[in-house]
Amino acid sequence: MAHILLRHREIPDLNQIDVYKKNGGLEPFKNAVTKMKPNEVTDVVKNSGLRGRGGAGFPTGMKWSFIDNKNWPHYIVANADESEPGTFKDREIMESNPFQFLEGLMIASYAVGANASYVYLRGEFWQLGAFLDEKIAELEAEGYLGEKLFGTEYSLKLYTHLGAGAYICGEETALLESLEGKRGQPRNRPPFPPAVGLYGKPTIINNVETFTNVPMIMANGADWYKAMGTADSPGVKIFSLSGRVKKPGNYELPLGATFRELIYTHGGGVIDDAKVKAIMPAGASSSLIVVDDEKVLDTPMDYATVRTLKAELGSASVIIIDDTVSLDWLINKTVHFFKHESCGKCTPCREGTYWMSNITERIHGGHGTKADVDLLLNVAKQIQGKCLCALGDFSTMAVVTSIERFRQDFDKVVQA
Amino acid sequence: MLSEKYPKEVKQILSKYPPEGKRSAVMPLLFLAQREEGYITKSAMQDIGGLVDMTETDIAAIIGFYTLYHDMQEGKYRIQVCTDLPCALRGAEKFMDELCGSLGVKVGETTPDGVITLEAVTCLAACDKAPMFQTQGPEGIKYHENMTVDKTMELIAALKNGVGEVK
Repeated sequence: MAHILLRHREIPDLNQIDVYKKNGGLEPFKNAVTKMKPNEVTDVVKNSGLRGRGGAGFPTGMKWSFIDNKNWPHYIVANADESEPGTFKDREIMESNPFQFLEGLMIASYAVGANASYVYLRGEFWQLGAFLDEKIAELEAEGYLGEKLFGTEYSLKLYTHLGAGAYICGEETALLESLEGKRGQPRNRPPFPPAVGLYGKPTIINNVETFTNVPMIMANGADWYKAMGTADSPGVKIFSLSGRVKKPGNYELPLGATFRELIYTHGGGVIDDAKVKAIMPAGASSSLIVVDDEKVLDTPMDYATVRTLKAELGSASVIIIDDTVSLDWLINKTVHFFKHESCGKCTPCREGTYWMSNITERIHGGHGTKADVDLLLNVAKQIQGKCLCALGDFSTMAVVTSIERFRQDFDKVVQA
Repeated sequence: MLSEKYPKEVKQILSKYPPEGKRSAVMPLLFLAQREEGYITKSAMQDIGGLVDMTETDIAAIIGFYTLYHDMQEGKYRIQVCTDLPCALRGAEKFMDELCGSLGVKVGETTPDGVITLEAVTCLAACDKAPMFQTQGPEGIKYHENMTVDKTMELIAALKNGVGEVK
């Protein structure tokens, strides 16, 4: 099947504006601004069933319809802070198919009446930020951005903004704080951003991949999009495949494709043809799926079905763990990550990740006891459900599920 | 003064945000201030405070929160190797150990000539191209993917010769 998001894999030089236009690009935006009412655009996206691709899977059109029309101006912010260990899809989109992403952001801006929109990139995407600035300048030069577009009353400007190294800024309210020039610490909610967002104004935040779907939906219609994927999770998704596979990379597949197809048909199988031991379907914040039975690999990867394996699909950053990996090592890694990235606002997360890290170091270093494993589980469970944002819970997912589902890995390395 | 040295850049940065969002400019201004010395000096903090109406303490809190800002001088180039889970599953820790050996420094240390600081960092969104690292230096930030220790030592030799990062 031809790609819908990673179209550059079939169309060379798609990151050039003339090539993008020759392939139907920017027509959907022009058509929306000149021929459609903003709420009609939102309705098409709503009817397509598109869900946010950043991890939470919230219906995109519904989110747009929540914008508070009694409070102006409105803003749109693209979340390009891609930082979840195992996720590297937005970067490929922005490097190779930047106009489709920007056009999606522009269509969304029109739909909610935003006249200024921001792309918040993680600071490490320094070169990519400069590249997008060039692309935005080209769109301005060709009359797709600026004042009174296509002779209508609608005006739009796009800006890039670089973060400076903080995973937490991928959380949408921390992102807004950061964009406002503050430390990236999540806000208390409600109010949610569509009511009170950037500079206190109604704001819609979506992931890069989510926006990149929008021009294709507008061009081909909601029914075309809905025909792909599953009824609950329509459309296509980019699966970032990493870990112990022969061919890691981004693979665009309909939602509902199986783990087996991803790992073996696309990923070339496991390194040294080892056995899959566990799967982390949503990056470092995943619950670990136990692969003790080959049948698990035939599970369809969509938001609802992955839940039946007691895990979340999230951003579909699928990390493959084979039987060469011991999970005491693995959780020491994930806990170290979350300890480093905790913003420090909520005590259970700030202190809990610190104490978990002390214990995982001890266990992995061979100095742990059985009681340490129980203590670790206890600390992790005390963090859960007690923090303002999801990071606290995320830090515990691999810990709790590794201990509960792979206890033997820990018993092997601890003293009685 | 930052605004005297880079008038065009400062003006361009400030123009991106609405008047009520002036403070948003603090992060791009910090990157600008860091460009030459590789860290943010006290006087740059005062300059930026004046431009965006923030106190020095407030600016120091921003510098401390975000990992890409530095408040002290270290190597001219920072080599920041991702050793996070997905990269570690593909040999990043072994790569880091060998690189330390070849370079003769430990993680976190700077070479005696002051050119290279070697650091371990968290995920850089390049999990399929491990081992990988980014360099942070006078030319900004650049990714180096699918790296070997030999290729890295060649790059380091070029940086030490003052060739700089190629765009």
